[in-house]
This record gives sequence, structure tokens and C-alpha cells, in this order.
Amino acid sequence: MRYLPLDASDRALMLARVGAADIDALFSDIPADKRLSALLDMPGSMSELEVERALTTMAARNVAAGSVPFFLGAGAYRHHIPASVDHLIQRSEFLTSYTPYQPEIAQGTLQALFEFQTQVAALTGMEVANASMYDGSTACAEAMLMAHRLTRRKKAVLSGGLHPQYSDVAATLAEMAGDEIVRMSLDVRASEDIGAEIDDSTSCVIVQTPDFFGNLRDLAPIAAAAHAKGALLVAVFTEAVSLGAVRSPGEMGADIVVGEGQSIGNALNFGGPYLGLFAAHLKHVRQMPGRLAGETLDADGRRSFVLTLSTREQHIRREKATSNICTNSGLCALAFSIHLTLLGEAGLRRLARVNHAHAVDLAERLGAIGGVSMLNETFFNEFTIRTPRNARALVEDLASRGVIGGLPVSRLAPDAGLDDLLVVAATELNSAADRAAYAAALAQCL
Amino acid sequence: MNIQGRPTRPTQASPARRGSFTGNRALDMEEALIFETGRLDASGVDIEHPAPFASRLGGHARAGEIGLPGLTEPEAVRHYVRLSRNNYSIDAGLYPLGSCTMKHNPRLNEKMARLPGFCDVHPLQPISTVQGALELIDTLARKLLTMTGMSAVAMSPKAGAHGELCGMMAIKAAIAARGEEKTRNVVLVPDSAHGTNPASAALIGFSVRAVPAGADGVVSAQSVRAALGPDVAAIMLTNPNTCGLFERDIVGIADAMHEAGAYFYCDGANFNAVVGKTRPGDLGVDAMHINLHKTFSTPHGGGGPGAGPVVFSERLASFAPVPFVVSGGEALGLVEHAGDSRAFGRMSAFHGQMGMFVRALAFILSHGADGLRQASEDAVLAANYVRASLGDLMSAPFGERTCMHEVLFDDRWLKDSGLTTLDFAKAMIDEGYHPMTVYFPLVVHGAMLIEPTESESKASLDLFIMTLRDLAMSALAGERERFVDAPLDAPRRRLDETRAARQPILRWTKPAPA
Amino acid sequence: MSEIRFTKDHEYVRVDGDVGTVGISDHAQQQLGDVVFVELPALGAKFDKGAGAAVVESVKAASDIFAPVSGEVVAVNGDVDAEPGLINQDALGRGWIMKIKLADPKELDGLMNQSDYDAFLQTLA
Repeated sequence: MRYLPLDASDRALMLARVGAADIDALFSDIPADKRLSALLDMPGSMSELEVERALTTMAARNVAAGSVPFFLGAGAYRHHIPASVDHLIQRSEFLTSYTPYQPEIAQGTLQALFEFQTQVAALTGMEVANASMYDGSTACAEAMLMAHRLTRRKKAVLSGGLHPQYSDVAATLAEMAGDEIVRMSLDVRASEDIGAEIDDSTSCVIVQTPDFFGNLRDLAPIAAAAHAKGALLVAVFTEAVSLGAVRSPGEMGADIVVGEGQSIGNALNFGGPYLGLFAAHLKHVRQMPGRLAGETLDADGRRSFVLTLSTREQHIRREKATSNICTNSGLCALAFSIHLTLLGEAGLRRLARVNHAHAVDLAERLGAIGGVSMLNETFFNEFTIRTPRNARALVEDLASRGVIGGLPVSRLAPDAGLDDLLVVAATELNSAADRAAYAAALAQCL
Repeated sequence: MNIQGRPTRPTQASPARRGSFTGNRALDMEEALIFETGRLDASGVDIEHPAPFASRLGGHARAGEIGLPGLTEPEAVRHYVRLSRNNYSIDAGLYPLGSCTMKHNPRLNEKMARLPGFCDVHPLQPISTVQGALELIDTLARKLLTMTGMSAVAMSPKAGAHGELCGMMAIKAAIAARGEEKTRNVVLVPDSAHGTNPASAALIGFSVRAVPAGADGVVSAQSVRAALGPDVAAIMLTNPNTCGLFERDIVGIADAMHEAGAYFYCDGANFNAVVGKTRPGDLGVDAMHINLHKTFSTPHGGGGPGAGPVVFSERLASFAPVPFVVSGGEALGLVEHAGDSRAFGRMSAFHGQMGMFVRALAFILSHGADGLRQASEDAVLAANYVRASLGDLMSAPFGERTCMHEVLFDDRWLKDSGLTTLDFAKAMIDEGYHPMTVYFPLVVHGAMLIEPTESESKASLDLFIMTLRDLAMSALAGERERFVDAPLDAPRRRLDETRAARQPILRWTKPAPA
Repeated sequence: MSEIRFTKDHEYVRVDGDVGTVGISDHAQQQLGDVVFVELPALGAKFDKGAGAAVVESVKAASDIFAPVSGEVVAVNGDVDAEPGLINQDALGRGWIMKIKLADPKELDGLMNQSDYDAFLQTLA
């Protein structure tokens, strides 16, 4: 078998050294009646070509986003990834290396993480960022727990503009941990009065901007309201490219900033692996979950990087750790960092501008169609429209006409009474022809 | 808590290395930070300037510098290639990290994961447009159920520790369904457990009670019974355990737990030892996470991403979280809301680590029933071969007994040498090996945990063994210079970790003008 | 007359009047390695004997410091906050962690004096 180097004579020699009569002697601790003679119900080994054939057939049963005019965001965004990113992350030394616990032979990973942390801190307007979490939704839940530890309170208030699945994840964790959650109802127009929900038992308010419906929110007054009651502001974003155009949460007074980094450097991948970004103030770093790469010197006095402040983590603190997290999203963080380095500040700003321009153009085209209402005052590259039709049925109709038209809100929030709302995204990949095709298809559907 | 500290900064000055103008040494290259070489206006991506348009950002436009340097493509490629050269990797050499299962990462996996039909698909596309993706998840799920003999599987956890949390949440939900959530709030955990076990339990409000292993390195049903009470919700047991031993009393332990109305969580990190040889479901396990990045070869990527699907017994199946794939009728569907079901909630947005699912399925299809079993046998044989080849020089805490896929040594054999496990590990680096797992598990002093995996040829294993023998004899002969300042030839010498913790520098900052 | 007493967990308390100065022993600091951070209790915090009162962290380890006697924290050592290495350099002197006003001086009778502690350390070797 192509992945197993030992042959029969190797095994015989090795068994002889071990002093075992046969291989089953090494499995004698398995209770006799629980030993398998073979793995039943599973076919035998397959050649590369057979595996390719099987998986290619499966893949062909999906509609790839790039094959049609594609306008779906809602927490994961389709962007152009420069060719060298995927090439570089496939280098053996990045792809097949382990967590950098032996820093002398892992400076590649450690320096890349240090650069990544700096980029994330700069983007979010915060002082320090960690070496990544699994994704935006779990980073958000961990931020909630961090706020509880810092304030010694147990109640989180979730904005109605937070991605419904992020809210679901936070609510699941809170319920299991015995903490309290106040979940505001879905806030399509960014008109909620979240300040009124903050009291002396609130540990944090969690607010997303650009929000789930695409609205841009001013976090400064929310931060002030939270701080006045001794609570913290956790700011969330799901579209990292927005930070190239929109004021950073750090500037607006956020205490912890979390988000999804997928849209820089990482493909859609049907939902994973993605990239959790997590940033905070330096004074709170000891309560921050996740790994941290730090700078130091080696015995020769050369600048070096090493995982540090590890006593926060599970392998030392065990049940008193800040989190149970072990793995980060290393390779995805590297892809993010490479892409962002290739973009640079000027490139990111221009990319963000193109995204906004395409969304503005699309909003105009769709808004001009009879029966379509565009609901946002402000937006970056995503907005919400209302039509006379049920949005889920509309999206199926659009799909049959070869357009992926966006997310029906009811898919993520079936009981919110928002069945006629559709969240639509446009990125730099949506050409004018795409946008025209969408408008034409939508007009036909209505 | 861990109270076994060790030196964290270099102690002795060393003979100076030959310097160079650049600081490079032939192919061993230094590389500056992007913040030192990049420019805010440089870019390796050409992007159009849009025609003027009316902005809809309201007053929210970002002003001021962000602080993100750019590099053109040739500069960026050079930067990252030079960085990569300072990393050890499984592609380059044996990685004997116990409990990490550093097996070969097949490149077919990478090719399959990059098929546009898998990687260029959005999780929230209409279900009719992603039938192939659902089929892949469903196919992998069924394979995992076949290998484990369990009833249901949650595919959504993003990593092993996330899977542990998922499994414990399902147990907590099951206990709450019986109205016992206030009384059953203790989880039994052996001291040898990985730190994620007690951390996961504590996150959701369980307190942890230690259950001791015997002198033979495994937990007895008797000691579990002694620790059991009506306040116990579950036990978290790793099998094979972190000492590399099969928990031979596992069925008795499962029975004891179930009789007491409690559940059995199994940490599946060491599943590579027993795939195709036994099934956790047959042993009485109620929930077990599987590390796709260990047993099923998805690449470690310098620390992640992983994937940690959780298999459940009948007792827990109905509590599994959303989302999950359902088949029945013509098309595959996706259940995304708990609704009236007993699903305990949601672990993360979207559906799980699809990219890792593709890779894991490619691995499983490639190996098939015969290959998977052979892989486990080879992994266990390789570890025992190492054990038999080093046992005369290095001390094993549980005597000469057979191990599973990993072999554990402690530091008693180094007692009179004045050298530590750390010194020994660092000297391996100069020989071109990544050190084995050290100082874990905590139950043994100066632990050295070696897991060669099935991916090593006999020649590779023999060279590794001979190298360790050479180092061991050197240590015992008092040849300290080889050890105390090691590594001497790596891109960096021993780092000052004390300084890194006392004066944390966690990002680059622009130096103040002179 | 201030006399030093030790616990089996390697904390010490040096009593002067009704206030005890608490820290970790030299043996403990050696075991831990370079100290990088100390989590000090709040002033006014009250502990029963044996309760977790502080945490001393090295790079690779974190150790609970249990109150050797019951009482109220009347002082904490800001110096070890700024310079955790003091605990390594001078654990019994400038590396003190907190001062506790004793609630029950009789508790000292249950602790080891210097020679008992030294003998105890021999049994651990």
C-alpha cells in the first residue's frame, strides 16, 4: 500500500526484535471478545486514480461559486486569492509542521505568527491579538467568557445585528456554563436601543459591524454606555475586508474585538476551515484565550520568537485555563497573513473600495426593480432587500436561473417573521455582467 | 495544576560561531519582519481603481494609517520561502511526537480538497446546489461510524478540544433531560489526562475528581467504583491512554459508569493504535472525539486547523448538536435548527471543517478496510520496535510491558548524569530530529513519549533508534557538552523564555524616532 | 521575635506580632523555575488556612499558593508584581508575597519549623 513503507520481511524482523510471535500478541490487552477480525462493511484499499474518480464525481454534484453569478455572503465571502498564497502554504515546512513547541526549529511558523498578530492588531485597532481561534463564531463565544472573567459578571447582551449562528453558539455555551444571555430580537434597521439593556450585572454587550444585515454601526456610544455600567464592549465582524474601508472597532472603544478572517486568503470551503481573529487590550492579555507568539532573544543574542504566556492555557492550567483550546487555525492564519502582505495597506484599501463600489452599483440596480426595497442606509459590501416573494423560494427560483442570489434570512432565523428578507453580498469578483445578470434574473422572478 | 517547572533561559555562554556580513550561513538564512522590509504603498496585487461613485459608508469611513506593510510578489515569495526553511516538518524527517500522530500527509488529499466543487462552495448555498458536499460529509460520517461501532456522529466540532466540549455538552444535556443536572456535577479524570479534558469539563461547570491509575499504568474498574457516587456525571478516559497503554479494564469501567447512571467519554487522540482492531462502541464508550489531523492524516499546518468529529452511542445520539446531514428520499438534507429535537445546540457557525473532511475521506478511501488495519498494526509494531531497541538504556515507568502506538520513558535513567529530559531532547535537534513529546504525561517524571507512526520505513526507524542509542550512551558517559547547550546547529539556540514571559512583546511596534 | 514556619506545600509564614509575612520557600522557587508572574490577592481578602490565596507562575508551571494561616490580607508585595524574579533571588526576603493578620495564632503550632522543614525536604529527595 503506497502509504505504508514496512514490508513483510521488515515486519518479521521487527516482531523478532520485540519478541512477539505475531502482531496480534501486541494487541492482547484488548478483551478477547472485543477484537475485530477485520473491518467489515468497508471496501478495500483504492489507488489514487480510484479515489480521484470517486471524489471528483462527488465534487461535480456541487455548483461551484465561480461557475455562476454569485452574491452570497452572510458570514463567508468570496474573494480573489492571489496565486502565490496557495503555493506558499503548500510548502512542506508550513503544511506538514506541528505546533511550534520547539522554537529553535520552528522560527518560520513563529515569525509568521508574530507578523499575523501584528497585522490583526493593526486591522482591528487594538493593542494585542492572539495566534488565531477556530473561527469567528467560537472566537465570539470565547470573548464572552473572557468578559465574564474580567468583570466577574455572568450576563452577556447580544445585539440583534449579530449573525444568528454566532448568537446560537454563544447561547449554547452560556446555557451549558450556567451563564445568562439576553438575546435582542433581529434588528434589520440597526435601530435597537442596546444601551437600555445594560445594567450592573451585564458583563458585556456583543455588537457586530458591519452587522448581519450589512448595516454599519457606530460603536462609540455603545462602548460608552457599557463602560458607564462597568461592562465591556465585544465588537464582532464577519467580513475582514471591511476593515480596509470602515473605522476599526478599536478606535470606537471596543474592549475585545473578534471576527472571521476567512475572506482574506482562505477559500469558501463549504464552511471550514475558517479563521477566528481575537484582539484585546494589553492589560487584559492574561485573560485572553489562545496561543500567543512573543519576541525574545536566543543564547547568541539573536532576535527570536516563541510561544509565550502559556500558563493561561490548558496544558498547564488544566481546569483553571482561560479556555480548553489547543489547536489554532495556523495554516489559515498563514494564508491570511500572506494575502494581507501581498495586498499591503494601499492594496487593502483599494480592494475594499472596489467591494463597496460593486455593492453600491448592485444596490442601485436591484433597488430600481419594481417591488424591491433596499433596506440599508449604510453598508459596506452586503445589504438586505425585501421583495413581495418568500425569500427562500425566490433564491431557489434564482438558482434555477443560474444565479446564487444571497441568503434568505429565514434560513438562519426561521421564527423571526422575516421570510421576505434577502441578504445580498457583492465583492470585487462580481463583474458588471454578473450584476446585470442578477438584476435581470430577479426582475424575471418577481 | 502542573508544578513541574524547568529552566527557561540559556544558562551558559557558548563558543562564538563564525560570523558573516549578512548573518546568514550559506543556506541557513535570516529574514527580517515584513514591517521592516515592506512599505505601506507597495503591493503584490493589481486592483482596478473604481470609477467615482456615491459612497454609502455614512460617517463610518476609516481615516488614518492602519499600519499594514505590503510586498510585491517576488519579495513576498522570498520572504515566506526563507521563513519556511527554518521549520522542521514531517515531510523532512521523523517526528516522534507522542499523542500527535505525525504520520505522512498524502498529497492526494491536498489535490482533492482543492477541487472547485469542494473548495469553491459556500456553506449557505441552496441545498439543491450542494448535494455533493452533503454526500461527502455523510460518507465520511458513515465511515467513522463503521470504524467506531457507534450510532451517531456530530461532524461540526472544529478541533479535538472542541470535540471534547461537544461530547461533554451532550452528556450534560442527557443528564439534564433526566432532571439530574444539579446533582451530577462531577467528572472523573485520570491525572494522566491531556489538559484539554479537565479544561473542557470545567468550561461547562463540572468539577473534576481525579481517579488514580495503578502501578501498572492503567485505571482499574475498582478505582473507578471507589470514585463513583451519585454526583458523578461522566468519566473522561483516553484509550489507549497517554502512557501508550491500552486501558485493559475498559469494559469493566464502562459497566461501572453505566450502572451508576453516568456516562463514558473517551478521548480519541490515540485512535490510531486500534483502527480496525477494536471498536470503541463495543467497549462501552458513549462519546468519543476523533482527531482527523492525527489518525486521518489531515496536515498539522504549523498548529492547525484540526477537526474533531464526535461519535455517540445510542444513549447520547439524540442530544447531538446541529447541524447534521439527513438522508431519506431523493436528496440529502441538512438539519440546521434544533427545533423540537433534543439536540443541545450549536458548536460553531456553518457545518464543520469541510476542507479536512475531504482530506480525511481521501485517506480512508485510499487505505480501505485492509489498509486502515495494517496502518494500526504497523504503528503499534513500530512503537514496540523502538521500545525493544531502547529499553536496555532508557527507563520505562511501567516495566517491560507491551505498549500500543507510543512508548513512554521517564528520566530515571538520567539520574546520575546531571542531564534532564529537556537536555536530551534538545540534543536530538542537532542530530536532525524533532524531539519527542516531553514532560507529558505529568504522572511520570521527565516524561519522553515517542510515537513513530506507520509512515516510517524500517531504515528510518533503525537510524532513529541508533541515534537515540548514541545520544543515550553519550549522556550516560557524562559527555555533557553535547547536551547542556543544545541545540548548537539549529537556526536558533535555546531561547530566553523567561524574558518572553516577563517582558511580553506580542507585536511589532514602530521604533521611536532617534 | 519573628520565627519562620513552613507548610507541606512549601509556603512559609514569618510572624511578627499578629501579622505573618507569607511567601514560598527556596526549595519551591527552585522547583518552579524562573518566576514570571504573581497573581496577588486583594487587600482585605480573607482566607481560611489552606485556601488558595495567590498564584505563582513560571514559564512552564503555575502553582497555587495556599494560605498557611487563616486571616485577612493587610499587605501585598508590589515589588514582586513589578519584578517577579525577586522570588527566585530572595524567596524568604524581598520575594515575600503577602502579609496576613492572623485570625488564630494557634494554627502556627501545626506548621513545621526550619529544622522540621529541612528534614521534610530530605524525605522528598
